[in-house]
Amino acid sequence: MSARPENADGADAADNANNADHVRTAPAAGPMLAVRSVRKTFGGVQALADVSIEVPRGTVYGVIGPNGAGKTTLFNVITGFVAPDHGDCLLEGVRLTGEPVHRVVELGVARTFQNIRLFHQMSALENVMVGMHSRSRAGVVGAVFRTPGARAEEARIEGRAHALLEQVGVAAHADQPAGSLPYGLQRRLEIARALACAPRLLALDEPAAGMNAAETASLRELIVSIRNSGTTVLLIEHDVRLVMGLCDRIAVLDYGRLIAEGPPALVKCDPAVIEAYLGTPVAGSPAAGPAP
Amino acid sequence: MLKQAQRLIGQPGRNPLARSVLVVLGIAALLLAPFLVDALLGRAWVRVLDLVLLYTMLALGLNIVVGYAGLLDLGYVAFFAVGAYLYALCASPHFGLHLPFWLLLPAAALVAGLFGVLLGAPTLKLRGDYLAIVTLGFGEIIRIFLNNLNAPFNLTNGPQGITLIRPIEIAGVSMAKTQTIGPLSFPSLYNYYYLFLALTLLIILISARLQHSRVGRAWAAIREDELAAKASGVNTHNLKLLAFAMGASFGGIAGSLYASFQGFVSPESFGLTESIMILCMVVLGGMGHIRGVILGAAILVALPEALRYIGPLQRWLFGQIHVEPSDLRLLLFGLALVLVMRLRPAGLWPSPIRRRELGRPGAAEPPG
Repeated sequence: MSARPENADGADAADNANNADHVRTAPAAGPMLAVRSVRKTFGGVQALADVSIEVPRGTVYGVIGPNGAGKTTLFNVITGFVAPDHGDCLLEGVRLTGEPVHRVVELGVARTFQNIRLFHQMSALENVMVGMHSRSRAGVVGAVFRTPGARAEEARIEGRAHALLEQVGVAAHADQPAGSLPYGLQRRLEIARALACAPRLLALDEPAAGMNAAETASLRELIVSIRNSGTTVLLIEHDVRLVMGLCDRIAVLDYGRLIAEGPPALVKCDPAVIEAYLGTPVAGSPAAGPAP
Repeated sequence: MLKQAQRLIGQPGRNPLARSVLVVLGIAALLLAPFLVDALLGRAWVRVLDLVLLYTMLALGLNIVVGYAGLLDLGYVAFFAVGAYLYALCASPHFGLHLPFWLLLPAAALVAGLFGVLLGAPTLKLRGDYLAIVTLGFGEIIRIFLNNLNAPFNLTNGPQGITLIRPIEIAGVSMAKTQTIGPLSFPSLYNYYYLFLALTLLIILISARLQHSRVGRAWAAIREDELAAKASGVNTHNLKLLAFAMGASFGGIAGSLYASFQGFVSPESFGLTESIMILCMVVLGGMGHIRGVILGAAILVALPEALRYIGPLQRWLFGQIHVEPSDLRLLLFGLALVLVMRLRPAGLWPSPIRRRELGRPGAAEPPG
């Protein structure tokens, strides 16, 4: 794990956390993603209460927390699916909040879903090709007249989609309907589709859910390779072992509040985290036991 | 490119010589169809042939909305009506206008497309049943407008409709008159057949190219999972509007052809049953599959005509007519629909990938 250098960056980012306005004036030096005091209530339930996090560029950033802690709501706020009651999100200083979902994708945030959402009747290749929609232009005229520009673009889309399928290891199933792929491959295909959006921030919502140990291990390699290729990864995950071993920094949510934030080694010793997960401080040791 | 051409013309992988022979035979059959049908079945069936082409255009237009983008539209006939009335108003004594066909055809496509956007805009956030209800209302509103816009200003001539619509004239050649070229004579129904055929082929080409393009993929994505399509960067609002507009413009083209073909339009030709009928063509044939939709249109136009023969058949079998053919027609028609949807839920000729999803074991796709 090459986590050390990013941790140094992360410390810088943490220093900036309290004056996030600074981010807008100097985007190049700021974090990849800044979430600024986001608040969201559903009915009487406070899903998010003034959550602020900063995701340093080039890291894998984990968001963990017990069920109902507000992780997915935070995800939906960042990706534009849910409008926050208060606060906003900035991607390299550009405001994401208030933009429609497809604009957020254009600006550089792509996501996957907790319960996989593929286009089941389309082939694996076509699924990834759809992901390139925001990075291509051809319209009706190009399609109907098969203009040279449109054809070249189509070839580029197909070539890139093949390369992405290769990268996630689904290339052998390119022509199969996505719905017929085994579960683990569907997860990977969804990641390929998100990567096709050429994101600067890739948001993965519980990518290891339902995977066996071997699948999780290879997923972990994939996420590391994505980060190493320069894409910042935001990860919601239940698999604490995976998160601890993989993430450069972690935010812990409980009842919509941010209860801890920092490098995994610090976070897992945090008494508030142990209490949130296990309820009693006594039983804390076995869960936090396996060190990365 | 080649793959798509093959998909259009026939099964891939067949030997090229056999395929080109098939293509030549197909073209010959299309060109000779009115002569053959006239000789074998009679002039009335040439008219049926024309209507098959007309409804093929309509069904392919609705196929864009329903089959490609997955938006259930129960008011599609409204666009057919818009195209028909546009032509009727601009090429009849009603206003004394006689605008040329080459101007009216694109105008009909454009105006119907605008109406498509008009319908699409308020329904962007609706799905499934709710969308169906709004589109149904839209279709009825257009029909009722046409029915009532004869006062205070007589725009549409109300329920009487518009008569004496000028037949299409291309380069001085009137479609309504019998034309003679050498030993061959082309009655009006033949002329319309060739005109409709040309435009149908054009619409098939546009449909096929759209389907296998960036736009077509985005439509399919919306159909499969709108939320995931958004998350993949698809501007679902614009693409849904585009689907409505494209589908509507095909309907407008078919409408303008219909007005000139019939020489008469009235609101009652554009009722809900007409919308349902076009939807049946798409669903029965195979949603989203061009060849299936064409088959659906052909069957649903030809079947009611074929069922007229029940009367003579009874007389021939039993010596007298036991059941009035007109009583039986709708019954058998409905029965045929129920049976098809029961036995082939994905349509008579579904696209391969859909067949895999919905098909029963009997209809399984060969491996590969």
